[in-house]
Amino acid sequence: MLKIENLHVRVEDKPILKGISLTIRPGEVHAIMGPNGSGKSTLSNVLAGRDGYEISAGSVTYQGRNLLEMAPEERAREGVFLAFQYPVEIPGVSNIYLLKAALNAVRKHRGLHELDAIDFLKMIKDKVKLVEMNEQFLYRAVNEGFSGGEKKRNEILQMAVLEPRLCILDETDSGLDIDALKIVSDGVNSLRCEERSFILITHYQRLLDYIKPDFVHVLAQGRIVKSGDADLALELEDKGYGWIDQQLGAVA
Amino acid sequence: MSAAEQTIEKLISQEYKQGFVTDLESDTLPPGLNEEVIRIISAKKDEPEWMLQWRLEAYRHWLTMTEPRWAYVDYPPIAYDAISYYSAPKAKEGPKKLNEVDPKLLETYNKLGIPLYEQERLAGVAVDAVFDSVSVATTFKDKLAEAGVIFCSMSEAIRHHPELVRQYLGSVVPAGDNFFAALNSAVFSDGSFVYIPKGVRCPMELSTYFRINAAKTGQFERTLIIAEERSYVSYLEGCTAPMRDENQLHAAVVELVALEGAQIKYSTVQNWYPGDEDGRGGIYNFVTKRGDCRGAHSKISWTQVETGSAITWKYPSCLLRGDHSIGEFYSVALTNHRQQADTGTKMIHIGKNTKSTIISKGISAGRANNSYRGLVKVLKSAENARNHTQCDSLLIGDRCGAHTFPYIEVKQASARIEHEATTSKIGEDQLFFCRQRGLSAEDAVSMIVNGFCKEVFKELPMEFAVEAQALLGISLEGSVG
Repeated sequence: MLKIENLHVRVEDKPILKGISLTIRPGEVHAIMGPNGSGKSTLSNVLAGRDGYEISAGSVTYQGRNLLEMAPEERAREGVFLAFQYPVEIPGVSNIYLLKAALNAVRKHRGLHELDAIDFLKMIKDKVKLVEMNEQFLYRAVNEGFSGGEKKRNEILQMAVLEPRLCILDETDSGLDIDALKIVSDGVNSLRCEERSFILITHYQRLLDYIKPDFVHVLAQGRIVKSGDADLALELEDKGYGWIDQQLGAVA
Repeated sequence: MSAAEQTIEKLISQEYKQGFVTDLESDTLPPGLNEEVIRIISAKKDEPEWMLQWRLEAYRHWLTMTEPRWAYVDYPPIAYDAISYYSAPKAKEGPKKLNEVDPKLLETYNKLGIPLYEQERLAGVAVDAVFDSVSVATTFKDKLAEAGVIFCSMSEAIRHHPELVRQYLGSVVPAGDNFFAALNSAVFSDGSFVYIPKGVRCPMELSTYFRINAAKTGQFERTLIIAEERSYVSYLEGCTAPMRDENQLHAAVVELVALEGAQIKYSTVQNWYPGDEDGRGGIYNFVTKRGDCRGAHSKISWTQVETGSAITWKYPSCLLRGDHSIGEFYSVALTNHRQQADTGTKMIHIGKNTKSTIISKGISAGRANNSYRGLVKVLKSAENARNHTQCDSLLIGDRCGAHTFPYIEVKQASARIEHEATTSKIGEDQLFFCRQRGLSAEDAVSMIVNGFCKEVFKELPMEFAVEAQALLGISLEGSVG
């Protein structure tokens, strides 16, 4: 599904990622953990195609294609979805309008007919239940006046509607209370399937209590310094990121 | 330059799509202005003596006035002697029916997307189309006549309803009101006249399309709408002009009179040629629009979507004279390239319990400058007057400007005035978010801009709201989702 090889990324001449390699197969859930400033958000932004990052070396192949050559909207239409750490507000544009426009852009790309208002409404009503949102939210402006938890649930709703193949969740757990965390996790879990892969980017282990990853990678100073199964996250929680630093120090 | 900036750059450098010229033989006066020219205009229109005298008086007053220069716009001096003050398509006799209208003219309207026949049958919109200076054809007259509504060109009104014209013309915008209004009063060529009798709800939306075709002509249309007691009318004007290198002057006057309990809704979709990327050519749109809420419980509502003109100088205003009268102003002004707009409104509270609402949305792209200038004035007599003003500006790119000049004068302690203003920029974050959800950059910009303007669009009549959105789309890029 996704193959990252020796990826080096700079921001304004400052190296942030210094040789990341990672392979994700269909159906797998990978958690990427790491301290602040380790390059976690850079990785998710580069995968989604945001401006302002210079790829100085390495490659990213997505479903056999060079992902880095694709425009952000093309990546999205090909099934790459990024749940944002800080979802933006778009005043005056209703949630349902955005969802319908986005879904139809994706469907058109995939050679499917565009959904009309009636079919769309039928479909969206089921999805809304998935993230336990009030239908009223559909008619409010995108994220305007939403609480932190509502914004994150809205991201999961968009994910459920667009049915992507590769879902990247950038610190979706940050700022969530325990109830919201559970709703978001249930939403993600219900979307897990054999064809769909996930990258969970998180600072804390607690998200992984709800979404059990197949692999855990620790990112520090722009490199993946340790990989393991779900137990690695527990060990990390127990010993703290200082433990990683010590190990890195020992290597250096 | 980042990819997002490049996209925006591409979007805002689209061409003007109404820039075609119709090749018609026209009857045009040589450039220049003097009393003789005014006599010729008046004679060509077969006007009565009182009308000629009114024009001449306005002209003499105009000669004593100087052009206002306080607006935040910059343009070279206008050579008033280089302008031709009358241009009309040549015709042996005035057309009586649509099928007598020059097919080339109708084709022009079709290119503009206003097929008269189709509108007649499908939309139920009565159109008074003004091509340069003469009203070409007026549809739906019969149906309106049944309701007692008069909807005709100003020239016709002067001939057939002189008593109404004499009573109301210049009663809201006096001939000597300001430099451009005085010029218009002297040389106005045509425009629309609407009269809604007592208690009548006009059975359809009334609409006028203005188009400036001939080169080096000024368009000076004059519109007068009178709504008698407890009547209602919704009126829409749309404007375009062909692309030309030189600047063309457009100095219109619109007067609205709402008597007791009457409501007038006046909507404008203005898409005059804005000039090219470097600011060559384009329309100077110096317009005086004013509504008079003369009776108690009357209401006048201005809605404008302005995407065109090289320079806009325009302040649709309301005189709230009747007690409990209401004035509203909803505006979207988009400036791109080198366009300059200084636009806003005046709400003059005179009667008791009068209310006004101002919602202004300015969008600035390219190297354009967009200014809101508004006056809220509450006189001593206006007990319990209320006003709410909201001015929002949206910037696209980093070479444009947005300015707000609000004036508030209150002489009555019980007045309540609110003013809110915001300035924002289409963020890379918003754009990236939309693209990450699969939308093209074009569609994303359209969606964000349309969202920004929503409060104003919802005030437009349904069919025109769609048109306005499309226009905004064309002005920024290709299409609107």
